[in-house]
Amino acid sequence: MANTYTLIQSVTVGSAGAASIEFGSIPQTYTDLLLLCSLDQSNSSVIADIQFNGLSTNLSSRLLLGNGSTASSVTSTALRSYGTNPSDFTASIFSSMTIYIPNYSGSTNKSVSIDAVAENNGTSGFCSFTAGLWSASAAITQITLIANGGNVVQHSSVSLYGIKNS
Amino acid sequence: MATKLVVDCSTGVTTEVELTAEEIAQREADAAAWAVAEAEREAEATAKAASKASAVAKLAALGLTEGEVAAILA
Repeated sequence: MANTYTLIQSVTVGSAGAASIEFGSIPQTYTDLLLLCSLDQSNSSVIADIQFNGLSTNLSSRLLLGNGSTASSVTSTALRSYGTNPSDFTASIFSSMTIYIPNYSGSTNKSVSIDAVAENNGTSGFCSFTAGLWSASAAITQITLIANGGNVVQHSSVSLYGIKNS
Repeated sequence: MATKLVVDCSTGVTTEVELTAEEIAQREADAAAWAVAEAEREAEATAKAASKASAVAKLAALGLTEGEVAAILA
């Protein structure tokens, strides 16, 4: 990884699982933020939702999805990705999801890209790419990842990196 | 009780916190909304694939070759 990437915090989920993972008091000293996620979920939803500063409003996204048989798209008023491995996928296999947030501390609206693969060994998985927007002037100080309807299970992990332009 | 992990980036401390009633209600509403949206997406994708297959079959019945049909769809 480029030397301008700095690990801010990393978390691994314990045996109790977690309905969501929240990074708070994010330092405002970087240019961009990157989250690398490896997630397995306790229910049949493949969805991971992302929220900023604890708010579920002023979010929008368009998602492109390939599931092994069709390619489709989804428009949403949430910031959404097919980014967790659901319970009906192969057990103990984790998703790979990358979330990139440029200019997170600026005063303009925040654009977001999410690249995710929910893995299902031997059969179809879900590949998704999300272009998202948070229409807000506030700097991002908190990021929440939400497992839709269930818990992120033990050994799931998320790492938050700060990226500087120099 | 469902919990969330809260990571304080200024201290590096991770805390396990129980969800509030409001958070639980929101979580249930989000899950229900997703189930509806996912069913709609699947139905739309299935209908689109069926329409495409039907169109291809009709073009073939008109005498178009496989290559000509592919050229139209490209």
